[in-house]
Amino acid sequence: MNADLDNRPNPDELLEKVQREEAQAARGKLKLFFGACPGVGKTYAMLVAARTALDQGVDVVVGVAETHGRAETARLLEGLEVLPRRTVAYQGRELQEFDLDAALARKPALILVDELAHSNVAGSRHPKRWQDVEELLDAGIDVYTTVNVQHLESLNDIVGGITGIQVRETLPDRLFEQADEVALVDLPPDDLLQRMKEGKVYLAHQAERAIRNFFRKGNLIALRELALRRTADRVDVQMREYRADQAIREVWQAKERLLVCVGPGAGGDRLVRAAARLAASLHADWIAAYVETPRLQRLSEANRDKILKTLALARELGAETATLSGPEGAPTLLAYARARNVSKLVVGKSLRTGVSRLLRAPLSDRLSALADDVDVYVVAHEEEARPTDKPVSMPLDLGPEPASKRRWASYAWAAGVCVATTVLARLVLPWFDLANLIMLYLVGVAWVAAQHGRGPAVLASVLSVLAFNFFFVPPVLSFTVADTRHLLTFVIMLAVGLTISTLAANLRYQARIASYRERRARALNDLGRELAGALLVEQIVETARNHLEGLFQSKACILLPDAHEKVHSPTPLPGHKDLPLDPAIAQWVYDHQQPAGMGTQSLAGAPMHYLPLKAPMRTRGVLALQPSQKRLLFLPEQTRLLETLAAQIALALERVHYVEVAQDALVRMESERLRNSLLAALSHDLRTPLTVLVGLADSLPLAGPPLPTAQAEIAQAIRAEALRTSTLVSNLLEMARLQQGEVRLKREWLPLEEVIGAALQDLAGPLARHAVRVDLPADLPLLELDATLMERVFCNLLENAAKYTPPGSQIEVTARQEGETAVISVSDNGPGLPPGREEALFEKFTRGQEESAVAGVGLGLAIVRAIVQAHKGTARAENRPEGGARFIITLPAGEPPEVQQEA
Amino acid sequence: MDEPRPPAASVVVIEDEPQIRRFLRTALEAEGCVMAEADTAARGLVEAGTRKPDLIILDLGLPDRDGVEVVRDLRAWSTVPILILSARVDESDKVAALDAGADDYLTKPFGVAELLARVRALLRRRRAAPGDEPVVRFGDVAVDLSRRQVTRHGEEQHLTPIEFRLLALLIANADRVLTHRQLLREVWGPSHAEDTHYLRVYMTNLRRKLESDPTLPRHLRTETGVGYRLVLEP
Repeated sequence: MNADLDNRPNPDELLEKVQREEAQAARGKLKLFFGACPGVGKTYAMLVAARTALDQGVDVVVGVAETHGRAETARLLEGLEVLPRRTVAYQGRELQEFDLDAALARKPALILVDELAHSNVAGSRHPKRWQDVEELLDAGIDVYTTVNVQHLESLNDIVGGITGIQVRETLPDRLFEQADEVALVDLPPDDLLQRMKEGKVYLAHQAERAIRNFFRKGNLIALRELALRRTADRVDVQMREYRADQAIREVWQAKERLLVCVGPGAGGDRLVRAAARLAASLHADWIAAYVETPRLQRLSEANRDKILKTLALARELGAETATLSGPEGAPTLLAYARARNVSKLVVGKSLRTGVSRLLRAPLSDRLSALADDVDVYVVAHEEEARPTDKPVSMPLDLGPEPASKRRWASYAWAAGVCVATTVLARLVLPWFDLANLIMLYLVGVAWVAAQHGRGPAVLASVLSVLAFNFFFVPPVLSFTVADTRHLLTFVIMLAVGLTISTLAANLRYQARIASYRERRARALNDLGRELAGALLVEQIVETARNHLEGLFQSKACILLPDAHEKVHSPTPLPGHKDLPLDPAIAQWVYDHQQPAGMGTQSLAGAPMHYLPLKAPMRTRGVLALQPSQKRLLFLPEQTRLLETLAAQIALALERVHYVEVAQDALVRMESERLRNSLLAALSHDLRTPLTVLVGLADSLPLAGPPLPTAQAEIAQAIRAEALRTSTLVSNLLEMARLQQGEVRLKREWLPLEEVIGAALQDLAGPLARHAVRVDLPADLPLLELDATLMERVFCNLLENAAKYTPPGSQIEVTARQEGETAVISVSDNGPGLPPGREEALFEKFTRGQEESAVAGVGLGLAIVRAIVQAHKGTARAENRPEGGARFIITLPAGEPPEVQQEA
Repeated sequence: MDEPRPPAASVVVIEDEPQIRRFLRTALEAEGCVMAEADTAARGLVEAGTRKPDLIILDLGLPDRDGVEVVRDLRAWSTVPILILSARVDESDKVAALDAGADDYLTKPFGVAELLARVRALLRRRRAAPGDEPVVRFGDVAVDLSRRQVTRHGEEQHLTPIEFRLLALLIANADRVLTHRQLLREVWGPSHAEDTHYLRVYMTNLRRKLESDPTLPRHLRTETGVGYRLVLEP
């Protein structure tokens, strides 16, 4: 094997590295001051670092710094800009909170935000301060912040176990892992205790005793170890990343994927945290899955909510979540694991013991029995579901549940079937053996199970056994049994009956799941088809709204951006005026491309759920939903369905957008083509006869006998008028083209001298009786101009000067560079411009004197201005103080290319 | 100038507008030329092939073919001077035709005097045996091509090698329009065909050295949007 090939880094890893670097470059940098517990001096260390940055000229602002009234720390704040806090009224109290909007508006290079794990007062934009910090980072602001080890989500329960105090304020580990820098602020426990005795550590008064308990030496040592170890892990990861970057690498590992199976037990959160830690240490992606089996479908509402919470926690910790359904947990999980290429399964340890354990093996055992290619990890103490939980409706809303009346009817049916079977058995008894009658009863049970589900089937089984016993087993019409062998018959009959009922009920469940899935697929399909046919934005909005309202039993509303990137509802819809729509949230969602409102991390208190409509090119709008039942929207399955639908809607919006763009472009192209061909035809059809006129007038004297003087003069006059008409036609056509604003400039770097020279050359005739002086500095840089158009500018200006000044007048052309612009002036010492009309001269068909003997229609200066403006310059006119007119043109100087001069 | 009148030159005019052909005939015949006319490119090419003219006057807006293609076809077998007639909107066609090998152009509408001046210059070029005169003079400048020496008012002017090459090329094509592309290609090489700013800077330098008023050049003329022309006798 080639050695080079071995050392080459994995392309996926390289890509990942590039993406990581790109994302980091745009984002602000996060520096964490990390400590084992309060009092080690994190805030102090942060402020010291901030002062150093300030001394280096960094724009530092203090967002929040908790000095806890300590002079040492407060002194460090002197000279630093401190952002005023936001005052929030909450339950009659006034609370001071970090002002995120003020910070974003101030946009410093670096901001200090103390206590990252802090929970914001209800009603703030984000429930947690770390979310504020994320937004700051996204805005490209660097952040310094402080964190204690117990605030890390995955260590939360460990710290709780050590100290006996459960910390409520936590933050996701990824913040710690993704921080650009982590500075460990360390203080040996003895020193810390000493500081405490000196009263240097701030303790909240209300919970002083509990906190005193917290600061026991044993606790402090353990916490310190945790902090040190966590920091060491991070350094280790950095080292590994460095190795990956530098391609120091022996083997390429396939990326691990972990699947954690969430159950309804109390230890779900603990299991998920353990999986998160494991995934982090393995550098693996991980998935949290919940399998809905028929057994689990009978869980109570509270238990199902708990599962949803656990899944939400898993998502928070970085997992992908999935809800699976199948008849049995283990095979379904394994099938999913194989499909997703999962190498490790994590399950909770069952608490079941004794007989129940023998009756039903724990999930971990069943999994390991089935899986030979997947490792199974068992995490301690997960209580398994108690099947004794109250049966209630199914977790997925699978259509109408049998109402209680219908339920009673089912049981009545079960009883009726037993009666009917007994009557039938009685009738056929003379011809059949007793054993055959059992078959008849079983048929009845099977029918009840298939038609009415589990409960009635169980009833039918029991009733069948009793009826069989009472009516057929000797002694007949008595429950007493003469022959003990019949007892065995009863047991078997009951067992078979119960088995049939369970199987049939499971089948029914599967069928309903299947029909639910089918409905969902059909909904997607229908929406897709209808959206594909939509040609107008309004159609898309209407279609989407109808489908969403049906599928999620929610009121839906789609907001679209206008030209100024502000989203609003395109058409006020009947019945939607009363929607509690908050335009500010919608705008935030649109700007940040993140969901917000109910069921999310941002502004969770809002009554609606807002989802950005993200299309491949950009966000196309915001979808707002007000679900009638919260659960219908926030099951993982439903969330995913909603996301898929949102993506489809966004795609349809984008498609329509591009259809419009394409149509616009087509129309523009078509009209441009039409205009151009019209102009070309006009120009050709007018110019050809003018050419003929000029040519014929010229050739008149050449044609035959020499013309008498008078006729020769007439020929000259015809020629002059034809040429003048030609100039007029040229000007009109030129103006028409410039007016469309679609003249494509053919810009080249050229010396002004050449353009002015060419114009003077063209106007040699009209200027013959004027004194022209050109004064251009020799070092005037090249300008990027369209030579033909710019020559026209000077032609028009010089022609004007020649026309409106008496012969013998002075005309002067000068130019100079002023910073970023070149200023060129054409002035004369003639009669000057009519005062106050300097600006009006540049309008079309405007002339200095209304009825002048001088020929022209007043297009010259309008063309001058149009051309100069096309070059991003300005043109104006003024009267010189010493008399005469002056026309001033400014042009952007730009950066001319180098021309290497020869030696 | 009072030159001895040369033998009648034959001119082929390819132009679809009969009235233009008509006044061209009057003018050219007054000049002593023999004119043959064609109203389509196809007929024009036949005329050019059979008559072996001394000059072709070609309208760019012919109904049957693109004028630039006609120039290319002619240049495939002939070095006959070609004078192009164009309307202002055909700016890019004009440059393309010159690049393809046409010698000069006139923008409609044009006067007969202008036309005849161009015709005379092109016919004179045709008759003059190329390169027989080592010293070329225009205005107060004398260029000795063999000794690579340039004098103005009898005083030697120092030209850089590129300036001299540029001047020599203009002299070799005196009274003809040379496009930016042609000049750049010949002087700087094909890879610089788009660097017009080089050309413009060097032309400005040449004018400063050789023209009495560089902003109003008499000999080194700018043809805006097209190229340059050296006019020996303005």
